[in-house]
Amino acid sequence: MAKISAVKGEYIVELLSKGIRDGPRKFMDYRKITISQGLLPNAEGSAQVDLGNTKVLVGIKMGVGEPMPDKPKEGNLMVNAELLPLASADYDAGPPSPESVEFARVVDRGIRAAGTIDLSSLFIEKDKVWSIFVDIYVLNYDGNLFDAGTLAVMAALLNTKMPRYENDAVVREGEMPKLKIGSIVTSCTYAKLGDKIIIDPTGAEESVMDARLTVTNDEQYIRAMQKGLNGAFSYAEIENLLEKTFEKSKELRKVLEGLKG
Amino acid sequence: MEGGEKPELIVNGKRLDGRDFGELRSLKIEAEVLKNADGSAYVEWGNNKIIAAVYGPKEALPKHISDPDRAIIKCRYSMAPFSSLEEHGRTGPNRRATEISKVTKEVFENVILLDRFPGSEIDIFIEVLQSDGGTRAAGITAAAVALVNAGIPMSDVPYAVSAGKVGDKIILDLNKIEDNYSDADIPIAISPRTGNVLLLQMDGSLTKEEFKQAFNMAKEAGKTISELQKSALVDPYRKLAEKYKV
Repeated sequence: MAKISAVKGEYIVELLSKGIRDGPRKFMDYRKITISQGLLPNAEGSAQVDLGNTKVLVGIKMGVGEPMPDKPKEGNLMVNAELLPLASADYDAGPPSPESVEFARVVDRGIRAAGTIDLSSLFIEKDKVWSIFVDIYVLNYDGNLFDAGTLAVMAALLNTKMPRYENDAVVREGEMPKLKIGSIVTSCTYAKLGDKIIIDPTGAEESVMDARLTVTNDEQYIRAMQKGLNGAFSYAEIENLLEKTFEKSKELRKVLEGLKG
Repeated sequence: MEGGEKPELIVNGKRLDGRDFGELRSLKIEAEVLKNADGSAYVEWGNNKIIAAVYGPKEALPKHISDPDRAIIKCRYSMAPFSSLEEHGRTGPNRRATEISKVTKEVFENVILLDRFPGSEIDIFIEVLQSDGGTRAAGITAAAVALVNAGIPMSDVPYAVSAGKVGDKIILDLNKIEDNYSDADIPIAISPRTGNVLLLQMDGSLTKEEFKQAFNMAKEAGKTISELQKSALVDPYRKLAEKYKV
């Protein structure tokens, strides 16, 4: 969360209580979303998402490794997030913070629960499966990493090409088919400030929010939820936000479906 | 959720352990089980065995993390390496434990009257000694009792329980097998006085209607859990009174 002055924080909350958001947006508007794919040809897949001033880069590498002991017939999906020190004055170098761990795990859960990647198709032979390494790099923080991260991971997966495994080696040349993608997931993150709820909070808004709710869905189902921070939601609020998510996610899905891959 | 051959989790309208869909496992809560801690609790929830301890309020250290306006909470959820039915686990917190510690801390930041203790810290330790599904919920339920037992002022005593989905059925309080093969898992923590949701996580597949059902089940179960929390808290004093024949 960005550190802002107390005056600015009070100003944001005061405005919201009058039904106005700091900036041109309405409560349930997303900022401008720009997605570019394939920026890093060395990676099997890559994408960058700009959500307002939040800038997130995802690189995907594939490797051959051993399956998890409890899932011998499935490939591995590993999602990691780095809150880079260059992304915000409030980020420090060092071991992963609870915030970055939560961020990576929430993105991971949505994609895993929706079966976006058919992990059983990544089985090669006994004790040998493909591992997909998804690394989320936050380059500039201005709030709502969860939605930007999920969008960027989806865009990068849609851009990912499968290497071949030949004679005990990974071959990244010649014909490389696209990674097969099942259902597309997106997440919608809401911030609660006082009794007001807004979507896609900026860094300044996040610094004064009381609670956060992220809902990840595909076209049919809610796939993941994560409530965060010390504030609370009533059941009625959650019910409304679930409904809202199925409406707003159409906008996000449209952006992803418009990508060339 | 797990691959492999999925066992039949519901047979003749009953769950594998004979429970109904909305039925809790057996639950025992005991307060004040550790001498050194300022407050503690032990919970046996089905086959889960969990111990929680609270230290503080005490001076927040290192100094630079202290908050001049309120107490800070440190929370550590940890699973013992011998706690699961499977292989020996890694010692120390992994990424899952890091996340659970964070969301658990946030539950208690909501209810503890933090501004009563500026510059202090309150430590919450949750150790899972044996696990059988739903350990984060059981840990929160135990830690709430430990906090009251430590005399920490709170606006409410939260409880947690998980709901889930098997096929098209919503069930309460999933054990490990159900958790592994369920179609959705939804841990929820609630502040019983307000009905507010303090923790909500979910993964799998769920419709809005199914969430409603799951939430109502969790809320209904909360009545039982809250009662057990309260009686566990009173018990040490009742025993004292008996001892001194007050």
